[in-house]
Amino acid sequence: MTTTSIDAPKSALSRIIAAGTHQRVLAFASLIVLLIGFSIASPNFMQASNMIAILQATSVNGVLAIAVTLVIITGGIDLSVGTMMTFCAVITGVVLTYAGMPLMLGVVAAVLTGAVCGACSGTFVAKMAIPPFIATLGMMLILKGLSLVISGTRPIYFNDTPGFSDISRGSLIGEVIPSLAIPNGVLILFIVAIVASYILNRTVLGRYCFALGSNEESVRLSGVNTDRWKIVIYALAGSIVGIAGLLIASRLNSAQPALGLGYELEAIAAVVIGGTSLSGGRGSIIGSLIGALIMAVLTNGLRVLSVAQEWQTVVTGAIIILAVYADMMRRNKSS
Amino acid sequence: MTYLVEMKGIEKRFPGVHALKDVRFDLRPGEVHALMGENGAGKSTLMKIMSGIYSRDGGEMLVDGKPVTPDSPRAAQDLGIGIIHQELSLMNDLTAAQNVLIGREPRRSFGRLDEPALNRKTAEIFASLNLAMDPRTTVSTQTIARQQLIEIAKALSYHPRVLIMDEPTAALNDAEINELFKVIEKLKADGVGIVYISHRMDEIKRIADRVTILRDGAYINTVDAADTPLSTIIQLMVGREVTQNTPNIPDTSQSPVALEVRNLSRGKEVRDVNFDVRKGEILGFSGLMGAGRTEVARIIFGADPRDAGEILVAGQPVDIRTPHTAVAAGIGYLSEDRKHFGLAVDMTVRANIAMANLGQFTSRTGVLDETAMKSAATDYIKQLGIRTPSDMQEVRLLSGGNQQKVVIAKWLLRDCDVLIFDEPTRGIDVGAKSEIYALLEDLAAQGRAIIVISSELPEVMRLSHRIAVMCEGRLTGILPGGAYTTQEDIMELATQREPLLSGAEETA
Repeated sequence: MTTTSIDAPKSALSRIIAAGTHQRVLAFASLIVLLIGFSIASPNFMQASNMIAILQATSVNGVLAIAVTLVIITGGIDLSVGTMMTFCAVITGVVLTYAGMPLMLGVVAAVLTGAVCGACSGTFVAKMAIPPFIATLGMMLILKGLSLVISGTRPIYFNDTPGFSDISRGSLIGEVIPSLAIPNGVLILFIVAIVASYILNRTVLGRYCFALGSNEESVRLSGVNTDRWKIVIYALAGSIVGIAGLLIASRLNSAQPALGLGYELEAIAAVVIGGTSLSGGRGSIIGSLIGALIMAVLTNGLRVLSVAQEWQTVVTGAIIILAVYADMMRRNKSS
Repeated sequence: MTYLVEMKGIEKRFPGVHALKDVRFDLRPGEVHALMGENGAGKSTLMKIMSGIYSRDGGEMLVDGKPVTPDSPRAAQDLGIGIIHQELSLMNDLTAAQNVLIGREPRRSFGRLDEPALNRKTAEIFASLNLAMDPRTTVSTQTIARQQLIEIAKALSYHPRVLIMDEPTAALNDAEINELFKVIEKLKADGVGIVYISHRMDEIKRIADRVTILRDGAYINTVDAADTPLSTIIQLMVGREVTQNTPNIPDTSQSPVALEVRNLSRGKEVRDVNFDVRKGEILGFSGLMGAGRTEVARIIFGADPRDAGEILVAGQPVDIRTPHTAVAAGIGYLSEDRKHFGLAVDMTVRANIAMANLGQFTSRTGVLDETAMKSAATDYIKQLGIRTPSDMQEVRLLSGGNQQKVVIAKWLLRDCDVLIFDEPTRGIDVGAKSEIYALLEDLAAQGRAIIVISSELPEVMRLSHRIAVMCEGRLTGILPGGAYTTQEDIMELATQREPLLSGAEETA
């Protein structure tokens, strides 16, 4: 019985590098290269104010990307996050502006609305066996329509709710350290990322995200209630979308019911650039965060260089294809 | 004597198949009970019922003398019944420990995982298996054999009283098999009852106490492993009456060789395979599931790469690396899974027949010539007797036999000299089968070289002029067709494992 040998615990660093994180490392390196490249190209790029602008621009897409990452790791997809975000914002508008409830209730309403919407998508996928693409495509249209119906197609303004715009634009850090005026939106993004990362890597729920994406039938045969877990995962993703809804509403100081379409694709793009496999089973929150940052840096940098908006979109598309191609090359080599 | 598990009068039907007919099976504590039968005899189905994956349509199941109806894998686990599946069912992206204890992860409050405990528990199980593996290894980085051991560790982690092993040694080498048998001995001593499914006769002799034989979904007999000669067991397994005529074997010894394969190898699946087929000859390929027959065909057709070996078509070496080159060299392959690989089922008969040869029906401007396609399709519908209301019928609406004929028509249109049929009559009823047989014989008579891969012994014996038999990637022999070769002869070659060669080499 002495043949059993368990390797000594490796250091955290070597384990992170060993755990097939190449794509994430690659994404991070690309981010650094972009930052350096843009700062050489333009002296205006590396300004503190511009950096904060980039982070602020990342916050909504970043939070959405985190939500989608959870679903994509299970082997699913969520196309409804864009319009769901708007729907959550509209419901918050109803609670705060129409009903005049206190700010805290608006926050709870946004998160709860997202969770309920996510649970609906999850139920369609798990219980009714509708493919995630179709289920969330339907959900995307339903929520877009409901947002317009509830708001009467008009924006809902939050002028009567003091402090609402501070959710995104205020700076708690700036109050403590005036020289470091990082907006709350960015702070919230990082908190969401840390919490989601913890859930994904340290809890049962996260474990089942990976397990479902890896081999769902096997999880089911192991006696796990896969349907219930799927619903929970979609609901969790939904509640994170609710937070994104708060962020965007606060930044615009209004719920814009016509907004939302297209955000889901940006979020999915960030996830893919960050190395999460669209076939499920592999991925990370930090990767998606880097992916979202890359997209924001690109948009911002190209704008600083006065590249036309149209071309920025072309470049983003090319980056997505390059990122996935690099990932495929690496995987072909390793297998 | 009380039984650990007793199953009586078990019935199971799938659409179009009566998979289990009045089957019984019982298991005592501390015994290894082997379950034997040909492919499709119902072994795996019976075990899936015992382990709660399938529900039974009739009969009863007793555990410790009490009637039970496990309706899910979880329920069976609660009864102490564990199963190690034939196909690996691990989550490749997770670590070994995460796989072993899936669904039973040690938790802290708020659903947080206790990863150190998870790895510690798994390490204990690995230690009891004498398995040197870090519980934190990602499954996908491990060889198939080691993945199989993880699967076994997973089953043991439930502390089962009944353990079903469905071909557990299929991917293991001799050293690993010895290790597994030690574990089985230990489990036996602990009073665990083990159901052992394997095609390997030598293993049955080594570890089984009793053997139950199924054939075509029916219970045949239960015999004592020690007192029953292997030949008797084989006879019970294949025992169905062979009523089919033996083929009329033409003398093809003077015909030119159409296809020759030399030293074909690919990993462990195909090992140094050599054979040839002459024009006008039907060469049958027999062997058990996973013997490497389909793999050989796919390499010849260029669908999978080869590690080594030469392929000669009509005496000329051809470097086949893609199906495209194979087809250009005159080789056609009719996949065992025609729905997936052979047909576009939502398209018409006409479109399917023309599919592999669209160039022939395309004008210089790139427009498809529907009239020419129609006449070619109607020709083949007549020639092969495809029963379809018209050439515009969607293929999915045809019966299995007629679908198969459409695939054949498609390849005939390409004028292939060598046709490889992989399970040509799978899912086809008896009447249509004999039509397909007649068709294959016609094709051979026209001077084509035909290779037929089939898991059904009667089919191989009915058709083949010569019979090549494979086992574990090696071609273990080529038997003459006709009345002199018996099913027992074929089964013997099909179960002829390498005589511990690999082990001998290592120690030498």
